[in-house]
Amino acid sequence: MPRALPSAPSRHRLALLALTVLAVPALASCTENGAGGAGDPGGPGGDERTVSVASTADACEMSAVEAPAGTLRFDVTNEGSEVTEFYLLAEDGLRIVAEVENVGPQLSRQLVVDAPAGEYVTACKPGMVGEGIRSSFTVTPSDEEVEVPADEQELVDRAEAGYQTYVQDQSDQLLVKTRQFAEAYTTGDDDAARELYPRARTHWERIETVAESFGDLDPRMDAREADLEPGQRWTGWHRMEKDLWPERAGDYTPLSDARRQTFADALVADTEELDGRIGDLEFSVDQIANGSRGLLEEVATGKVTGEEEYWSRTDLWDFQANVDGARVGYDGVAPIVTSKDAELASQLELRFADLQELLDAQRVGDGFTSYDDLTRREVRDLADAVNALSEPLSRLTATVLA
Amino acid sequence: MTARLSRRGLLGGGVAAAGLAGAGVAGAYAAGGLSGVTGGPDGPTGSGAVAERYPFRGAHQSGIVTPAQDRLHFAAFDVTTDDRDALVALLTTWTAAAERMTAGGPAGPVGPVEGAADLPPDDTGEAIGLPAGGLTLTFGFGPSLFRDADGRDRFGLAERRPASLRDLPPFPGDELVAARSGGDLCVQACAQDPQVAVHAIRNLARAGFGTVAVRWSQLGFGRTSSTTAGQDTPRNLFGFKDGTANVLAEETRAVDDHVWVGADDDPAAGWLAGGSYLVARRIAMNIETWDRQTLAEQEAVVGRSKGTGAPLSGGDEHTPIDFAMPGSDDQPIVARDAHVRVVHPDHHGGARMLRRGYNFVDGTTDLGALDAGLFFLAFVRDPLTDFVPVQRAMSRSDAMMEYLQVTGSALFAVPPGVAEGEQHVGQALFA
Repeated sequence: MPRALPSAPSRHRLALLALTVLAVPALASCTENGAGGAGDPGGPGGDERTVSVASTADACEMSAVEAPAGTLRFDVTNEGSEVTEFYLLAEDGLRIVAEVENVGPQLSRQLVVDAPAGEYVTACKPGMVGEGIRSSFTVTPSDEEVEVPADEQELVDRAEAGYQTYVQDQSDQLLVKTRQFAEAYTTGDDDAARELYPRARTHWERIETVAESFGDLDPRMDAREADLEPGQRWTGWHRMEKDLWPERAGDYTPLSDARRQTFADALVADTEELDGRIGDLEFSVDQIANGSRGLLEEVATGKVTGEEEYWSRTDLWDFQANVDGARVGYDGVAPIVTSKDAELASQLELRFADLQELLDAQRVGDGFTSYDDLTRREVRDLADAVNALSEPLSRLTATVLA
Repeated sequence: MTARLSRRGLLGGGVAAAGLAGAGVAGAYAAGGLSGVTGGPDGPTGSGAVAERYPFRGAHQSGIVTPAQDRLHFAAFDVTTDDRDALVALLTTWTAAAERMTAGGPAGPVGPVEGAADLPPDDTGEAIGLPAGGLTLTFGFGPSLFRDADGRDRFGLAERRPASLRDLPPFPGDELVAARSGGDLCVQACAQDPQVAVHAIRNLARAGFGTVAVRWSQLGFGRTSSTTAGQDTPRNLFGFKDGTANVLAEETRAVDDHVWVGADDDPAAGWLAGGSYLVARRIAMNIETWDRQTLAEQEAVVGRSKGTGAPLSGGDEHTPIDFAMPGSDDQPIVARDAHVRVVHPDHHGGARMLRRGYNFVDGTTDLGALDAGLFFLAFVRDPLTDFVPVQRAMSRSDAMMEYLQVTGSALFAVPPGVAEGEQHVGQALFA
């Protein structure tokens, strides 16, 4: 669980479900707003690659109808009274090369896109309906021509398919181990339940940003005691965690067999529901990249601080699982990143490795040492490594889409 | 008050001029007229701050509709005695000290260097040479003053406890630290110069030893709200303009409706008429995580453009928000969980507050993260209607909560101003 309420899922989690985001991310875009974006307006090419676009109810005025190939910046200002969108379309007028949405009246946003030479179509779409107000746009050859690898679509397809397989596989394993956990827990085999607890949760944590995106299931399955609203019933993993590791609870009254059964049955049923729903999901590369970043944020806010597994102190298991999921997401898109920003790719490789080295030092058997056994120095080193990785990782999505 | 009108006067010269200028500015503020006279971007020692002075006595305490100063030192105290007379004596001492200090004078009647050489000075001295700096001191009474945690009515005040003065309910996501929460008394010191604010709290705490002890205190360094129309809306540590919809001093009707407790609001607590309630919340921000969100994501969470503060539905900062305006992907352009939507008065029966919060940075955590956030201060007519529902909605469904934890919380009843001839703040409560 992040600190947010279960009912207020974070946007990166929502993004994983918003399957309409970019129809064709292959060539596409990053959007920016305001001054000082990564578009590097003062960089090579400068003004001739900056195009002002004024969108009104019945016009789409462009300051230029052509630009040299390279990183183009469209400054889109909405001078109308309805929300507008701006598109750079391929010559066929169908395929979206890049887009910027949600430009409110009197507001401006920037669209930054690496465009190779060729013929394009631009469109303002005031009111977000219809074909939009279209015109032709030419990108002329230049020294800064962007090389688009011919097989990029293949890389994208492979990344998307691979991630989907991974998520489904983790979900399936989660279901198997959750059933085993429930069995041990309800039959009073507490030692076995304690063994299974972090092992089952590993599969949850590896796909946490996906699992959390179901706003109805997450609060039932993964709420921490501190996240509850007054009157909200506490169920799920952490309720049973407290029952299995009551040491920090003071004078704790163990759950009755009947209540154990109730909690365990509900968790299994919810996990089955989750597993079924995950089967219906598809993931785009930007969602995969966002998920990777999101998992590291989960580490930073919940695991490195030892808050997630308050009773069992098995935070490092979750920590590793979040990193596993982030790593798998990254690995899937790594070929795309390498082709677009090799420096970022090597930096991420290095920092994933640094973090993994610190985690490996805490391994005990097939698992991890208790959070309580970490020294402050070790926790601090882990936190620093998470920060070192998270900062470049926050640029992953934009790079993948660039 | 001694012959020395101003600490500045101790350095020689300018006494009369400063005094006159101060009176003039204070008068103009009282009339609600002047704007832009605060220290502003020039910083606390800018020329504007020199003459800035607010009268301590009046119908309402200062430090509420007063144009928000740039600096804060806020302290909550526990009363350490059961002796009602000692408590009243302290309030009397505090009132006199506050009146002197807000006029630019020393904390004690003698002064930092004017007294006997064989005694510790009755003013600690770090404000020698500094002007009043727009200092305001605002006093409040916590629920535990009326009945403590053990249910004891230590000072014979339980019958006069306002109905709405009780500990705030727990909100989901609160991670309250007892040592940063609650308190029998509070003092809010605001000034353009942090040294002036800290000097005030330090000297009041010193005067209180034996009667009260500091429970917690908080420094704030950049106002996060405007309380008058002449002030620009400042930015919080997320980099966004905050409190655009704040109640402003000029909105006299709104101030009466949403800030001052009415004469008939609470039959048991007539003493509070003309006062207010002060909600204090220490809201820690996950700065590092926030900084890694894309600009579009940050704007979607807040519901405003980061640059201008305009709502995403368009216009400029003060353009009314169009919550129904459709955006891309069949979602409203101001998202359903955007902060501005969740807390907007339109969605809470018109509930509004006079926010007067400050940014804070208390160094770094032991994990190297900035220990920073927003020290939320809001004055409301009734916390149960003006604050609790808004906070509940925010805790439940505000996207911003992903980046926040509330680590401290307190509620105080702020009595009306000290009238001419009264001995101490809150005198009607003890009458």
